[in-house]
Amino acid sequence: MRFLPLIWSNLRRKKTRTILTLLSIVVAFVLYGFLSAIRQALTGGVSLEGANRLIVRHKVSIIQLLPVDYKRRMERIPGIAAVTHQTWFGGVYQDPKNFFMQNPVIPGEFMAMHPEFLLPADQLRAWEALRTGAIVGRKTAVRFGWKIGDKVPIQSTIWSKKDGSFIWDFDIVGIFDGRNKNTDTTALFFHYDYFDEARSFWTGQVGWYTVRIDDSARAADVAKLIDAEFENSSAETKSEPEGAFVQGWAKQIGDIALITASILGAVFFTILLVTGNTISQSVRERTGELGVLKAIGFTNTHVLVLVMAESCLIAVIGGVLGLSLAWLLTSRGDPTGGMLPLYFFPVRDMLLGLAISVALGLVTGCFPALQAMRLRVADSLRRI
Amino acid sequence: MSDAGAANGALVDVRDVEKVFHRGSEEIHVLRGVNLQVPSGEFLALMGPSGSGKSTLLNLIGGLDHPTRGTVSIAGERVDQLSDRRLAAWRARHVGFVFQLYNLIPVLTAERNVELPLLLTHLSKAERRKHVETALEAVGLQHRAQHYPRQLSGGEQQRVGIARGIVTDPTLLLCDEPTGDLDRKAGDEILGLLSALSREHGKTIIMVTHDPHASARAARTVYLNKGELTREPKD
Repeated sequence: MRFLPLIWSNLRRKKTRTILTLLSIVVAFVLYGFLSAIRQALTGGVSLEGANRLIVRHKVSIIQLLPVDYKRRMERIPGIAAVTHQTWFGGVYQDPKNFFMQNPVIPGEFMAMHPEFLLPADQLRAWEALRTGAIVGRKTAVRFGWKIGDKVPIQSTIWSKKDGSFIWDFDIVGIFDGRNKNTDTTALFFHYDYFDEARSFWTGQVGWYTVRIDDSARAADVAKLIDAEFENSSAETKSEPEGAFVQGWAKQIGDIALITASILGAVFFTILLVTGNTISQSVRERTGELGVLKAIGFTNTHVLVLVMAESCLIAVIGGVLGLSLAWLLTSRGDPTGGMLPLYFFPVRDMLLGLAISVALGLVTGCFPALQAMRLRVADSLRRI
Repeated sequence: MSDAGAANGALVDVRDVEKVFHRGSEEIHVLRGVNLQVPSGEFLALMGPSGSGKSTLLNLIGGLDHPTRGTVSIAGERVDQLSDRRLAAWRARHVGFVFQLYNLIPVLTAERNVELPLLLTHLSKAERRKHVETALEAVGLQHRAQHYPRQLSGGEQQRVGIARGIVTDPTLLLCDEPTGDLDRKAGDEILGLLSALSREHGKTIIMVTHDPHASARAARTVYLNKGELTREPKD
């Protein structure tokens, strides 16, 4: 601590240079925060509860449907504890930009399959009792100001009713919360029976099945059994763990992890060069002063630590500012209006960012510090 | 205090010292068999033309460099045999340096500059502050403690440099052309201050200078010419 004023004073020596370097680090960490939030939104929707769940979809594509009686056949397969289904409804509320997920489900089965959705028992009973009843996640309820008892019209972009209308009316009977931050609370769920009776085509067909298995260690075996059951049928299946399914969705855009890692790699490499150059230049300008410090008794190790501390201080200040700014900006929520419901900057990525800032300081300070350490005191005093 | 230097009463005991620098394949003999003894409390001036080896000798005495041959003992300790790490610790305890161009850290106040050598001690913040106050008072600059070097005149900066040199109460004060960058008036003040430190506080001072006026303030003057030490200047 006693050396802190000296380290701090050195950073204030060329204020403009320090501020510009600091800004470049801040920008890099803001970008890191944004990319972390996007990666989280695209790949982070796999809950712990999903570890023992499989998703069964049409082998060709998720947009092709499966017969509703597959449920009965799957329930007979050994190792399967429960089966339920969902179908993509693809609706918007009032305006096309008000997009969020709405799926028809069987209420009791669905809630039993998804313990990560928290719904009061009386609201579940009300939902089961009312055919046009729907439950909505807290985020969407807050977003549109919906409350229990409201009647909301949703326009489907896919499904028309038998009367030719694409507008479906639902009664909000419940608002669910998420068990943790990773739980998506933007969706709306309504009765499959209501949906199946009212839709004008493809009745008796569902989007995909969610299957709970007895033993998550046997997921691959059970998936094979399911796919074998429907082999050579008109609707063959592809079964996979829920995590792989969610990541498969994200991979339709591209390999998110690779894309973010590539962008961040390029950004941090540039920052490494910028900061490293700043510290090197700063050390070169102070050759004489470092010689004086050594003359009055500072050891090579002292000088090494001083320069490293300087580069770490600037990197950590920039990192903390950038991460805080990223947190502030991402905490305003999904910037797409519904496409990225799990958009937030996770704490684990924030901590990783902090570690990266320390590493950045160590790496950028390493060479100038060694250079300063190796200065021969008599030589450096001659250079003044 | 165990060897010849201590035994003969000299605080600084330089014996048969040679210093050779290498420039490519060429050998440059900067010091040739130098012998010098400086008793404790003496104010010694070291004169000689440029390139005569004055600063090199001062660096060897101050433990900033190692001799090619010969021995350098300070208060009985063979500093030519110490490792770089131990030399740094030894310098922090025993030597104060005063430089021609003051060499203050421009981003630190006078007070912080003087405090620098104390950062290497185990003194508390309050104790360090007390030592700094005493040193600045000794050079008559306590009222300028919060000023940065750029806000001080050359003479004042050199006085801060001297305060930094004496703040740890070193055994030896080594001054390399301390008045070389000052006008006559400011130079006289600095020389007066060094004389007082030697006379009143018993400091052993070795001062490198070109200036006969400066050397006249010292108790004794020795001359270096082409790496050899003499009692009288050579033409």
